Amino acid sequence: MSDSFRAKVDIALTVNGEPVEARVPAGRHLIDFLRLDLGLTGAHASCEHGVCGACTVRVDGDAVRGCLTLAAQLDGSEVWTVEGLSDTAEIRVLQDAFVARNALQCGFCTPGMLVAAQELLHRRPIPDRAAIREHLSGNYCRCTGYEAIVDAVEDTLRKCADEDMA
Amino acid sequence: MKAQAGGYVRATDVSHALRMLAEADGAGRVLAGGQSLIAAMNMRLSTGDMLVDISRLAELSGVTDDGDCLRIGALTRHVDIGRDPLIRRFAPLLSEAVDHIAHAAIRNRGTIGGALAHADPAAEFPAAILCLDATLHIQGPDGTRSVAAGDFFVDVFTTDLQEGEILIAITLRKCAQGEHQVLEEVARRSGDYALAGLCLIRRSSGHRVALLSVGATPVLATGAMAALDTGTVDEAVAALKTEIDPPSDTQASASYRKHLAGVLLRRAVARIEGGQP
Amino acid sequence: MTLNFGNPNRPNSYIGKTVPRPNAPKLVEGRGRYVDDITLPRMVHVAFVRSPFAHARITGIDTTEAEAARGVLRVFTGADLAAVCTPWVGVLAHLKGLKSPPEHPMAVDRACWVGEPVVAVVATSRAAAEDGAALVDVDYDPLPVVTDMMTALDKDTPVLHPEMGDNLAFRRQHEEGDTDKAFATAHKVVSARFTTARHTGVTLEPRSILVDWNPADGQMTAYHATQAPHMIQTVLAKHLDLPEGRVRVICGDVGGSYGIKVHVYPDEVATAAIAKVMGRPVKFIADRLESFTTDIHARDHQIEAKIAVDETGKILGFDVDDWTAIGAYSVYPRTSAMEGNQVVNLCGGPYDFANYRASTTVVFQNKTPTCQYRAVGHPIAVAITEGLVDMAAAELGIDPVEIRRRNMYADDAYPVTSPAKMRFEGLSHHASMDKLLSLMDYDALRVDQAEARKRGVHRGIGIASFIELTNPSPFMYGIGGARISAQDGCTVRMDPDGSIVALSGVTEQGQGTEAMLSQIVAEGVGVSPSKVRIITGDTQVTPYGGGTWASRGAGIGGEAALRSAMALRDSILDVAAAMLQSDKSKLDIRDGEVVDADTGASRMPLEELGRIVYFRGDTLPKDLPRELVQTRHYITSEYPFAFTNGVQASYLEVDTDTGIVTLLKHWCVEDCGRIINPQLVDEQIRGGIVQGLGGALFEEIHYDAEGQLLNGSMADYLVPMAAEMPDMIIGHVETPTKESTLGAKGAGEAGTAGAPAAVMNAINDALRPLGAQVTHMPFTPERILRALGTIDD
Repeated sequence: MSDSFRAKVDIALTVNGEPVEARVPAGRHLIDFLRLDLGLTGAHASCEHGVCGACTVRVDGDAVRGCLTLAAQLDGSEVWTVEGLSDTAEIRVLQDAFVARNALQCGFCTPGMLVAAQELLHRRPIPDRAAIREHLSGNYCRCTGYEAIVDAVEDTLRKCADEDMA
Repeated sequence: MKAQAGGYVRATDVSHALRMLAEADGAGRVLAGGQSLIAAMNMRLSTGDMLVDISRLAELSGVTDDGDCLRIGALTRHVDIGRDPLIRRFAPLLSEAVDHIAHAAIRNRGTIGGALAHADPAAEFPAAILCLDATLHIQGPDGTRSVAAGDFFVDVFTTDLQEGEILIAITLRKCAQGEHQVLEEVARRSGDYALAGLCLIRRSSGHRVALLSVGATPVLATGAMAALDTGTVDEAVAALKTEIDPPSDTQASASYRKHLAGVLLRRAVARIEGGQP
Repeated sequence: MTLNFGNPNRPNSYIGKTVPRPNAPKLVEGRGRYVDDITLPRMVHVAFVRSPFAHARITGIDTTEAEAARGVLRVFTGADLAAVCTPWVGVLAHLKGLKSPPEHPMAVDRACWVGEPVVAVVATSRAAAEDGAALVDVDYDPLPVVTDMMTALDKDTPVLHPEMGDNLAFRRQHEEGDTDKAFATAHKVVSARFTTARHTGVTLEPRSILVDWNPADGQMTAYHATQAPHMIQTVLAKHLDLPEGRVRVICGDVGGSYGIKVHVYPDEVATAAIAKVMGRPVKFIADRLESFTTDIHARDHQIEAKIAVDETGKILGFDVDDWTAIGAYSVYPRTSAMEGNQVVNLCGGPYDFANYRASTTVVFQNKTPTCQYRAVGHPIAVAITEGLVDMAAAELGIDPVEIRRRNMYADDAYPVTSPAKMRFEGLSHHASMDKLLSLMDYDALRVDQAEARKRGVHRGIGIASFIELTNPSPFMYGIGGARISAQDGCTVRMDPDGSIVALSGVTEQGQGTEAMLSQIVAEGVGVSPSKVRIITGDTQVTPYGGGTWASRGAGIGGEAALRSAMALRDSILDVAAAMLQSDKSKLDIRDGEVVDADTGASRMPLEELGRIVYFRGDTLPKDLPRELVQTRHYITSEYPFAFTNGVQASYLEVDTDTGIVTLLKHWCVEDCGRIINPQLVDEQIRGGIVQGLGGALFEEIHYDAEGQLLNGSMADYLVPMAAEMPDMIIGHVETPTKESTLGAKGAGEAGTAGAPAAVMNAINDALRPLGAQVTHMPFTPERILRALGTIDD
């Protein structure tokens, strides 16, 4: 760790459970780092000013905007993207519900939407539809009209609650 | 667009951060949660910044009970403010404000100090801090100093923070028994910047009213406060309309915002009198 | 073979069932492949310097500093590209009088809107290209601007393109019956002024293109987020002087299009031109500011309109004067006159009336060009029509449902030709209305509304009937001279393992094209949909077709797929009959096996037939045709368009203190003919409704008087988000078109067509007791309070 300004910054972190070392330009945001440097193209850059949510990924346990987080800030962090969350099957139930309900059309918002929705799954009491809508209000979907997404998340919440009970 | 930063350093402690800001010679920018700064960088509204990343300075984060006061570290994230039991009990206005700030993913990284230093007149925290009459604690090359919220907000995106200084913490007097704190706002969509917003505190000593999105800074509505202390809500609304001069933009005109401020004041008073906390 | 769609238990009955989309699992795992996900060897990136002025002469360009910047490889001016790319003109012969000047991939000596590309900077990364672009020094000499549409034709307004003579791009006037007399003698005439705001599509995936020119092969390959790959192939070949056969357009996953990605954009053609000059792959991905300033806009209309009715509410006539401003150029090759033209075609659509006058006036201005966006013209025409019908009903004291019942074409009246000269093969307005009323429980809602009003809560119910134009024939573009194909093709083949591959000219934009085609092909051949792979979006691979627009994918592409699948089935059965020494008519294919048609008993799995055909052809009769591949193309011929119909309802609450509208619930009953996949249709309708709700409540591009776009970010241009959107109940009536075996019409735009009018009518239903009315979209809180008189300065 350097104690003076660097135009390129060395970072070591884990991404989807795998160690990564890289040297990144000071201004490179996380989503470009994932997409351009690591080839993790699942999450997308769309507005690059923190509004649309297509770049939402998980950093140190929280869903964050990949475009409003600099890669340089993430030395020592743990990053999960849709690719890793798919490999571990952590969001499998949610993904299956999205497919079954056709809660995606073009799919561009979907990786970010899933990471955002995943944060709701263990919240108690179980969020109602209004709370689901509110929680997802930072993720644009221009195709579905949202209802199918809300349905899929609601179905998943019920399934998770049943499993918790069992 | 892609950000173009001049350099980056992760501060190891506050004094290191201050040293780096001094070294940056005017180009230094304090990077906390980054939820406004990085957006501006990505739009190339700001290029060549020498970023001093203070986001890992644990000593600047968290809420502590200081007897009569609460002390909130500048790096306390919105999400943590929202769920902190001390805040909930002793500064419920801030808890309520969090629900209106952007969206979950932004609240997971954004910090209260960042929001105050950014001083967006449409943001909730600056108005809430003003309404709470909080004190902001600032550290600079020459030591620390404190500024009252009423003196902190100078203009649009402009505060009393000087070149090379860092906002360290906020302190505020604990909410007393029987005190009411409410926030009312109207936004086009959930999480959007409010068309207008209003914070109201009713204490045994009197009322405080602060508004957002109705001027270049958060506005303390002293006329409305005095009217609420001694008169009717109608008088307070009338006073409020004479003391704010809201902007017009693509979302709403000044007249609409002025009207809305009055509606929000009535609603805030009604909420308190309806017995809701 | 005939298909008995009426029998849900028929063999291979996949058409009409909800089956999962084959491409959804990859998208939820982040395994899609959008253009920006593709990286090619030696790939470089382009960023554009764009005009900061709405109208300015370019007097000098200094690229020295940019060329010296780290990572910058080359800088191109408009003149540089004009040398390798011919300009285009966005006109169509059948839109008589439509004019537009030649347009280059980048401005040459004059920029005509804020955002028009002026200089291209090519670098090793997008960031480096942007750094370089910031160093380009362009000298501009600002020119007078034309921004206001209603004064664009005034004498003292400057002419934007002097060589065009005036600012009029197109005008169409249509007259049927004796409108003057109808209005002069009517019991009531109600008039209103409507405004629909300038919108844009806000596709989450920005416009994206990656063009590779391989001079050694003499081939250009464009990876492009587009709705019409073959159209783009033609355009790139024509303007870059390449043989059409040497341009290949590949369209993989597309992150939303809604009409935005069916046009020819100057910066995308510039990217291809640069690739040709540099002989290496060049990628252009628009950033969000570029999306707002350079994606096509739409819906910028101002309308004066009136309706004449008799004492019983019978509609005697409509008189509509529509104005729209289309920016600086008519967009190539579909043109920017089509939207206004559609307003004339569609006003009054559901109703049987005699006297109709409508005109559209299309003018140039110094703003971003407008063009076709989801439900082209429909939301405007439906708002005018349904707004006036509701106003007339209120004047006469007739219930909004009742006045519609008295005027809608009877369900047994078809075929009919409307006063706008649109030909309707078969619609179901009354059946749809009946279904809507029962789904929404109209009478109970009226009771709820009345009770709310007693509590000082202002709720409103809004109804909007509509027609939607789908399955376009060459009458839409082809007759005007554009190489935009109205026909579409599909090739279906069986491989040795019995699996089926279908190649289709229609494209997948997320709406479920590949699912729909897989169901059709599965049923047509007689296999499970999981045995069918669909290939779309590659001009070198698929049959020639038009792509995805005007709700044509299912009706045109689906019919081509069905016919080719049934032809393949026939070929397979020819081979099977020879192998099994059976009468072909006694055989059938079910679930991937040749079976006895009467008993369903298995005779031979398709993989066995495939094994013999492909590896032991020696065992088959020498002259037996054994081509297990069939191609069919389909084009509509009886009707220029297959019209659909539907009706929507909105229930909402207006906060009369703040002007905020809360949507409580929304309903839509739609008749898109044969439904192939009910879930996909419902989701098309829901997504379309929400885009319409955006237009009603949120979406509006703002410009100042100097032509500066004021809200070019997602924080300032508001689109619908989850928290404010209602749940939507969708119902169907099915009136299949008799033009095709499949009977499918389009469903992609109905939601958008009717939703704004339903919301407008619901708001006005809520406000009517307060003496207020709104007709200026979007219905912002401020506009509602101004209508109420709460704010008046």
